[in-house]
Amino acid sequence: MANHTNSGNPNVDLAYRRKKNAEEMKFQVISFILMIFLTIVAFFAVGYEGFSHWFSVPFILLLATVQVAFQLYYFMHMSHKGHEFPALFLYSGVFVAFLTVLAFVTIVWV
Amino acid sequence: MSTLARKKGVGAVIWDYLTTVDHKKIAILYLIAGGIFFLLGGLEALVIRIQLAVPNNDFISAGFYNEVLTMHGTTMIFLAAMPLVFAMMNAVVPIQIGARDVAFPFLNALGFWLFFFGGVFLNLSWFLGGAPDAGWTSYASLSLASPTHGIDFYVLGLQISGLGTLIGGINFLVTIINMRAPGMTYMRMPMFTWATFVTSALILFAFPPLTVGLIFMMMDRLFGGNFFDPALGGNTIIWEHLFWIFGHPEVYILVLPAFGIFSEIFATFSRKRLFGYSSMVFATVLIGFLGFMVWAHHMFTVGLGPIANAIFAVATMAIAVPTGVKIFNWLFTMWGGNIRFTTPMMYAVAFIPSFVIGGVTGVMNATAAADYQYHDSYFVVAHFHYVIVGGVVFALLAGAHYWWPKMFGKMLDEKLGKVTFWLFFIGFHLTFFIQHFLGLMGMPRRVFTFLPGQGFETGNLISTVGAFFMAAATVVLLANVVITTVKGKRVGADPWGDGRTLEWAVSSPAPEYNFAQIPLVRGLDAYWIEKMEGKKGLTPAEPLGDIHMPNPSFLPFVISLGLFIAALGFLYNQDYAWGKWVGIVGLLVTLGAMFLRSVIDDHGFHIHKEEIMEAEKKGAGA
Repeated sequence: MANHTNSGNPNVDLAYRRKKNAEEMKFQVISFILMIFLTIVAFFAVGYEGFSHWFSVPFILLLATVQVAFQLYYFMHMSHKGHEFPALFLYSGVFVAFLTVLAFVTIVWV
Repeated sequence: MSTLARKKGVGAVIWDYLTTVDHKKIAILYLIAGGIFFLLGGLEALVIRIQLAVPNNDFISAGFYNEVLTMHGTTMIFLAAMPLVFAMMNAVVPIQIGARDVAFPFLNALGFWLFFFGGVFLNLSWFLGGAPDAGWTSYASLSLASPTHGIDFYVLGLQISGLGTLIGGINFLVTIINMRAPGMTYMRMPMFTWATFVTSALILFAFPPLTVGLIFMMMDRLFGGNFFDPALGGNTIIWEHLFWIFGHPEVYILVLPAFGIFSEIFATFSRKRLFGYSSMVFATVLIGFLGFMVWAHHMFTVGLGPIANAIFAVATMAIAVPTGVKIFNWLFTMWGGNIRFTTPMMYAVAFIPSFVIGGVTGVMNATAAADYQYHDSYFVVAHFHYVIVGGVVFALLAGAHYWWPKMFGKMLDEKLGKVTFWLFFIGFHLTFFIQHFLGLMGMPRRVFTFLPGQGFETGNLISTVGAFFMAAATVVLLANVVITTVKGKRVGADPWGDGRTLEWAVSSPAPEYNFAQIPLVRGLDAYWIEKMEGKKGLTPAEPLGDIHMPNPSFLPFVISLGLFIAALGFLYNQDYAWGKWVGIVGLLVTLGAMFLRSVIDDHGFHIHKEEIMEAEKKGAGA
């Protein structure tokens, strides 16, 4: 049975691959639509007079974070196996950058 | 194309080293360049100690003292300790993980030449109007007011050499993640490889803040910016934060490889597996992680407020825990071991109490309230010399003796090695132990002289005498190197007889392809396992075949030279009209060399199977 081979070649199990690819395509389309939607929301948040800057700026930053996550996990395949090290170093970098920014907004005498 | 065992003229050898991309030769380059800067930094230290030997001394002027003091710190950290650490990493790590080279041999050479030109640039300041004089930390409030070009040399030189370090760090990360031999899992990696891995990650995250700080400073000093000038809306504290966000991890960048070197030495000369290997790995990673959350302990007296001070004080003290784990693991490695007191082992044994003293005073400094007393006194000077000399320099000397046969194929003389050790050990404690008390008695650091009758005379004189002991040790070491090079006998693969890790399975020095066949690693201390099963060599993981090698290249030298010229030009941007143009020409040289690198297809070459078999018959290889 071709489907039960242990050759390690991912192309062997075609039926499974096809299902996987279709699934992935679905996720990518969904996240693409969501990203466009979030961008429209961001424009709206800035354009609408009713929101103060104290709401719209953090709100847009939040949307940006979500978009980055979509980008990394659905389009750059960070959810797949074998991306543990990039993930580790990415998060470490984010952590160090966060600490730096935190220090600059809290303890520089201004 | 193969250059196995061929006699060459002097010019050919120099050209070989200028263009080499072989990690073993780059290690030697790092060792020589780092060694020269170490001697330079040591001479500066001697000048400092002579000036402070007696009160009211006028051996050098106050202004020159500031320059010497600044260059001593900067040289020792950036141009001596870091490249010497890189020398050890380059010499050992690829072989330890069973690889034929680092992941990016070209970048490896580029990293070295950037460091080298950065260092030369920094030291050019001595001849071009005065060296930097605002301390190695170069706090903005002081350095922006420095009238000479010294600080500009500091800013530009460190940018160039920092680029080299960053490139080196990334190279080792990729090498260790991707190039391990079959069976070399993470938890089978030798401790020095682990230390290199964590160190490289620290370099990756710590050097960008420094680069940002240096660019801000460059803008302020050379291009009319005002990031740090409060009168123009800047903030001088930003420099201190950026510097220490880099500066504290930098301490761990230096000391973690030192821990790695000692871990290898303890295991080898106790003839025992390293005690608590997995806890050692964990402690190394934890120290690396915590190293990023403590930088503000250098700034307790700046006035960050009690909450920030308390957080950073507690975080700093937390580092003592994983460090303590390591200390006990080393002690337990020796316990019950069959110990041989070779020169490297003597450094290792001496390192433990020396470093513990440095660690204890570190916890004292971490106590924020007490730090208001210690701050800017000789107590701090004593503390950081105990960790950096007692930790890093001891490790570099130990590692140099330990791996010398692997790098050069000849053993350093053990008798002279022990003389070096005792002179250095005694000199080190003589110099720095007394400084704790000088600090507690109120002697401020960075002063160029002191008055008689304040109780500082004896302590300073003792300290100066100690410095000369260390100088004598260095002279003996140099003599040892010369004698060994001239008269030393060639040694085999495992000259210490107790080698545990893969580097002792290949000939000394290793052939340019390291392993004729990539080995199969069957556990921690891979070579020891094979020896214990009565085997002569390693178990191969692949059939003997042609080996693909990278071509040597002169481009790393040119790229770095271009940046050197550019820095020189931009330094004189405000003084002379030609400055800008020289700067642009320099950048064009760099970009042109990078362009050539991109467009020229370089597929490397193959060492053929027959050549390898012939070389192996002559005794090279594994």
